[in-house]
Amino acid sequence: MAPDDREPSVLLVFAHPALERSRTNAVLAEAGRAAAGVRFHDLYELYPDFVVDVEAEQDRLLTHQVIALQFPLYWYSTPALMKEWLDLVWLHGFAYGKGGDRLKGKQLFVACTTGGPAQAYHKRGYNRFTMEEFLRPLEQTAHLCGMVWENPFIVHAARLKDDAHIRGEADRYRQRLEGLAAAARETV
Amino acid sequence: MHGDVLTQALVYLAAGVVTVAAAKKLGLGSVLGYLIAGALIGPFALNLTGDPEDVMKFAEFGVVILLFLIGLEVRPALLWSMRKTIFGLGGAQVVATALAIAGASMIFGLAWPTALAAGLVLAMSSTAIVLQTLDEKGLRQGPVGRAAFGVLLLQDLSIIPLFALLPLLATGPVTLAADTARSTSLVADLPAWLQALAVLAAVGAVVGGGRFVVRPVFRFIAQSRLREIFTATSLLIVVGVALLMQIVGLSPALGAFLAGVVLAESEFRRELETDIEPFRGLLLGLFFITVGATIDFGLILREPLLLVGLVLGLMALKFTVMFALARVGGASNRLAATVAVALAQGGEFAFVLLTFTVGAGVISQPLADLLTAVVALSMAMTPLTVVVYEKILTRLDREKPAQDPADPTFEEADAEPDIIIAGFGRFGQVTGRLLTANGFRSTVLDADIEQIDLLRRFGRRVHYGDATRLDLLRQAGAERARMLIVAIDDQEKAAELVERAREAFPNLTILARAFDRRHAYDLLASGADAVERETFEGALSLGVTALKALGFRAHRALRAADYFRRHDKRTFEELRPMWGQTEAYLLASRDAAQTMDRLLQADLAKMKPGAADGWDTSGRDEEQREAALDGED
Repeated sequence: MAPDDREPSVLLVFAHPALERSRTNAVLAEAGRAAAGVRFHDLYELYPDFVVDVEAEQDRLLTHQVIALQFPLYWYSTPALMKEWLDLVWLHGFAYGKGGDRLKGKQLFVACTTGGPAQAYHKRGYNRFTMEEFLRPLEQTAHLCGMVWENPFIVHAARLKDDAHIRGEADRYRQRLEGLAAAARETV
Repeated sequence: MHGDVLTQALVYLAAGVVTVAAAKKLGLGSVLGYLIAGALIGPFALNLTGDPEDVMKFAEFGVVILLFLIGLEVRPALLWSMRKTIFGLGGAQVVATALAIAGASMIFGLAWPTALAAGLVLAMSSTAIVLQTLDEKGLRQGPVGRAAFGVLLLQDLSIIPLFALLPLLATGPVTLAADTARSTSLVADLPAWLQALAVLAAVGAVVGGGRFVVRPVFRFIAQSRLREIFTATSLLIVVGVALLMQIVGLSPALGAFLAGVVLAESEFRRELETDIEPFRGLLLGLFFITVGATIDFGLILREPLLLVGLVLGLMALKFTVMFALARVGGASNRLAATVAVALAQGGEFAFVLLTFTVGAGVISQPLADLLTAVVALSMAMTPLTVVVYEKILTRLDREKPAQDPADPTFEEADAEPDIIIAGFGRFGQVTGRLLTANGFRSTVLDADIEQIDLLRRFGRRVHYGDATRLDLLRQAGAERARMLIVAIDDQEKAAELVERAREAFPNLTILARAFDRRHAYDLLASGADAVERETFEGALSLGVTALKALGFRAHRALRAADYFRRHDKRTFEELRPMWGQTEAYLLASRDAAQTMDRLLQADLAKMKPGAADGWDTSGRDEEQREAALDGED
């Protein structure tokens, strides 16, 4: 199935329950929305009542080569709706298990912001574990589904950074997404 | 040929339409246009009018209506907050201007009593011209408008003592028979204390009547739902108050203003405004035309230099005094200059006062004629002066780009609403409360008087009015509001309102309450951005309660309703293009009913254990069981 060149190859699934209060995530989201080859998909805007349309979401996953998840880290995990979305859409028999090979060969890319500074995510920091460790559940999700785990994009201490820094991160983020999109177009 | 009412109406209307449109096009403002129209058709040019004095009496009612409308915008609290401007700045303006003009007149050889009388008469400015001009320039709500209005108000107030004081300055023969200004006053011959009592009684009657009589009357009329009777009642109030004031010797305009203030906080305010507005415009136009027609061009031709000198002198003097007073009062140069330019002319009260002073033997007839011409000319000059003044300002601004910060704007007395809610019954209330609770300002219009009564008792700002009227919507701020919520329960009116509002205010987001599916399609076709069927969510909620009462866990019951809603909304959208093609719709809806059946079946199946959804682990369990068995083998 050769994808149309004009169709975005990256599905950027975005979850933020209070975007109006966000600084960094809002800027990153804008960068993601503007990135070439990326389809921006705002979960809290589409499903404010948590009623996820499973079939539509599965179709969406199937038509993109790269699945990108962008969210602020809440209690070392995704916001509730993104977890709900994973629970309801990444089903047994679809994403994993018997007959569940529909996501196989796709890439999973995580972009996440944290409240704490980089040094907190360290064996001797107050969070005691590295980001790599905190993201293991998602990494394993990719593995179980036969997906390629992309190196995550992380912005630490998102609340404390100044505007110029955030703009720099946003540029970097956009380049990363566009790079993934371009590569995905070539591989397929 | 002057006698025929229709001919006269034709002459006035034609002259007004042509010259005002032309004046507007040339950027001169409507007031000047009317004045020119008057001069053209007046006895000194084309001579198409009868005696303009007759029309003048009728047209002065325009000023009365103007003051009534202004009163409607001035709540008592606002008036109270302006007391310093009114009595301080206003009082100082009348006294200082009168003295300055009197002094100048004495230099020209007038005896001091005559000079003082002329000073007092010429200290008055033209409420009609000033307010109309400021309105056109969009200055009436700002600090300029506030200061100018305060001064004008005190001038109106000072008419009462002037009628008492001016006769004391008499030097010539008193011919009270010519006392036209007070001829309608029934109390003029009574002793002073009785007169004072009569004035107090009249003011009390206006305030008390507004509070306790007018509102029930309006309520009663509103229930009858006869729009023209509502308009007639509004006019009746204004005419009644004006007449009452005349009887006790007060200025009718002042009385109308007072009545307006009393009604400013009533629920009928906007409806009153809208109903009376057209009369104001027409009558004021007529008023300006008659002012133009009374300009004595014969006199001007005989004594051109004297008249021009007097007009310029008067305006320069009035400007200087007002500017100085405003500066002393703490206004910036620009604010003081703008107010002073606006108030630099003589006023319509001067005509009345001059006639009165002639009768009282204070001012001689030839002098009164001269002053009348000066006043009329200065009124005609005002729009021109404002144009010139604005040109000067623009030039100054260009030379000195770094300007002082703008003068502070008028307090947000009746702030612009974000949202207009039409219909505040069972439906509109809930929507309105949610929006208000989240910090949005709303203006509410409702046509059910009992409903308004109830809500106002709870302290909500609700206005009486039929929202399908575009003019009323405009009054409510539809041009600047972001959203219109149509929540009235009359289906046809709702669709009509949506259609009209969509056409008149293309930028407005329009949300509407629909009676049922059919009505919802109607509303969308009329231009609503989104609709909500009024009973849908409620019915669904009751269904959830029912499911829970039947033993479903809460989450499962809620999700059942969620699935149901989603499907229903989908079919709603799918069938939308077919709306209007009845047969196609019927077929499709039959099909949709079948889909609904199928979906309900599918839902049933899904709710059963074993269905493949995210929280159901049976598939995986099965797989693991198999794997375990494989391991045993």
